[in-house]
Amino acid sequence: MKRYSIWALVVLLLIVHQDNWLWDNGTLVFGFMPIGLLYQAGISLASAITWFLAIHLIWPTELDPPEVASSEIESGN
Amino acid sequence: MVERFGELTIIGLYLLLLLGLGMAASRMFKGTKSDYFLASHSIGPFLLLMSLFGTTMTAFALVGSSGEAYKVGIGVYGMLASSSGIIHSLCFFLIGIKLWSFGRRHGYTTQIQFFRDRLESDRIGLLLFPILVGLVIPYLLIGVIASGTVIQTMTSGSFPDLFPTGSPGTHGGIPNWLGSLITCLVVLTYVFFGGMRGTAWANAFQTIVFMVLGILAFHVIATKLGGEDTLLENLRKVTAAVPDNKLTRIEMSKMKFFTYLLIPLSVGMFPHLFQHWLTAKKASSFKLPVVAHPIFIMIVWVPCVLIGIWATSSLIPEKPPLPSNPNAILPFLVKTQTGPLLGGLLTAGILAAIMSSLDSQFLCLGTIFSNDIVTHYYGRTRVSDRGQILLARIFIVAIVAITYGLSLFPQRGVFGLGVWCFSGFASLFPLVFAALYWRRLTKAGAFAGIVTTIVVWGLLFWQSDMGANGEFAVKLTLGETTYETMPVATIFLSSLLAMIIVSLLTKPPSESTLGKFFNPQREHALQVETD
Repeated sequence: MKRYSIWALVVLLLIVHQDNWLWDNGTLVFGFMPIGLLYQAGISLASAITWFLAIHLIWPTELDPPEVASSEIESGN
Repeated sequence: MVERFGELTIIGLYLLLLLGLGMAASRMFKGTKSDYFLASHSIGPFLLLMSLFGTTMTAFALVGSSGEAYKVGIGVYGMLASSSGIIHSLCFFLIGIKLWSFGRRHGYTTQIQFFRDRLESDRIGLLLFPILVGLVIPYLLIGVIASGTVIQTMTSGSFPDLFPTGSPGTHGGIPNWLGSLITCLVVLTYVFFGGMRGTAWANAFQTIVFMVLGILAFHVIATKLGGEDTLLENLRKVTAAVPDNKLTRIEMSKMKFFTYLLIPLSVGMFPHLFQHWLTAKKASSFKLPVVAHPIFIMIVWVPCVLIGIWATSSLIPEKPPLPSNPNAILPFLVKTQTGPLLGGLLTAGILAAIMSSLDSQFLCLGTIFSNDIVTHYYGRTRVSDRGQILLARIFIVAIVAITYGLSLFPQRGVFGLGVWCFSGFASLFPLVFAALYWRRLTKAGAFAGIVTTIVVWGLLFWQSDMGANGEFAVKLTLGETTYETMPVATIFLSSLLAMIIVSLLTKPPSESTLGKFFNPQREHALQVETD
């Protein structure tokens, strides 16, 4: 379930990245930030949040080869 | 004196600092090939983040982003930056970590070693070698040429008698050929002596430099152009003077914007990134880069895009006139809107962005040549670690010399070549993805995908006047509407289809290969039992 939710979020990000509804909108948010640029900067932040969730919820386990994994156990990490 | 040589002194000091860093890294060199090529797999999360970010952000990040924004407006951020934030991290997460894991288990140093094993084919290496080198060289050329342009623009006026040009923007500046030569020599020195550790350290340092100085440039240029008391007032005044077409995307094709999403997939096949991934100490070292990469892109790109659109505003002084080359917009604004001290620092920042990509690319080509060609065919046991490092160093010197030599020829729209390089790498993405996630991928399917990429890429490149037509698009007509798509969409889909169809029609890989790559834990357990 977690896996599907994360990948659904990634697909959603790719879909909302195509913001056709802001294409010809030249509004300046706070008087200086073009709304199209602010929206896309928001996509960057949303990506970071999505990947933050991904590393916490669906991080692949057992990727460390045995020697790295055992050295981590020895060092108490 | 400060007015005339200020920039020059700071640029010189910065380059000396980089050389020092490379030399310091070389003092930690253990003498093994694993240490020279992969820093002994010792790179932790912070250095990995900085080196991956520094490597993916090329000359394009500072110089190109502001230049493109100047040309087409704010749409460049969505096209190149926010899309990369999603897709680069996706590549690190889906491709990077898995390749790192296989690299650690099976002792790979290069992509070609992985593909040879996974596809049970020696010849795949011979096919991939010229393609990877051929696609990286134009990418290198962009950096070498951009560094020459930046140094010449920023040092203009320093030596009017020695280097007269007649053009106000470059008169008396260190000529392109000399600026590019200095950059090549500095990068060559720290890569040659410091290997991957020197490259990672230099990348981290340079990434910090260009991020901090990019923000500083934003603040200083806004203040100078606005002339008001506070930053917010200046930002409002300058942006209000930007024409509407640069604040929107009315001049940008929606379909081109959409198909551009495929370009950042190139990161999955960059050979220099593969090598950086393998330097990671453990799998969890990837967590920080996966999350922070989109934020770092935003920190660098938003100010640069705003600076680019400001250059179209009515507040830009008429004299000196803006340069005709959009890629000279940022250096020009830095030169004309800041003092010599800050100008020198900001130039160092721009050079940092350029050099932090050049170094990894030079090192990676040397590594591929040494590992996948000479040592592979001459025999691994017959070439010592020292021999392999020597070979890589010789090849690095040769590649630097060739790239520098090519940069001296008149270049026709070399920045336009960048998108063709990325398109080539992005169209090979299905290959690496299938190699990791599709058991049914066969040797013949991989060959079909690669050959299709070369053929379709070559055909479209030829149709675009060898890349000279920057507006080239593949037109698709559906009903009465014609859509403009990026060439990468056609190349990518052709390559994907060829790979899938031929794989399904040919014999699957052997059980032992599938066990090695699709069930490594089970394979390890079986090995332990046998032992």
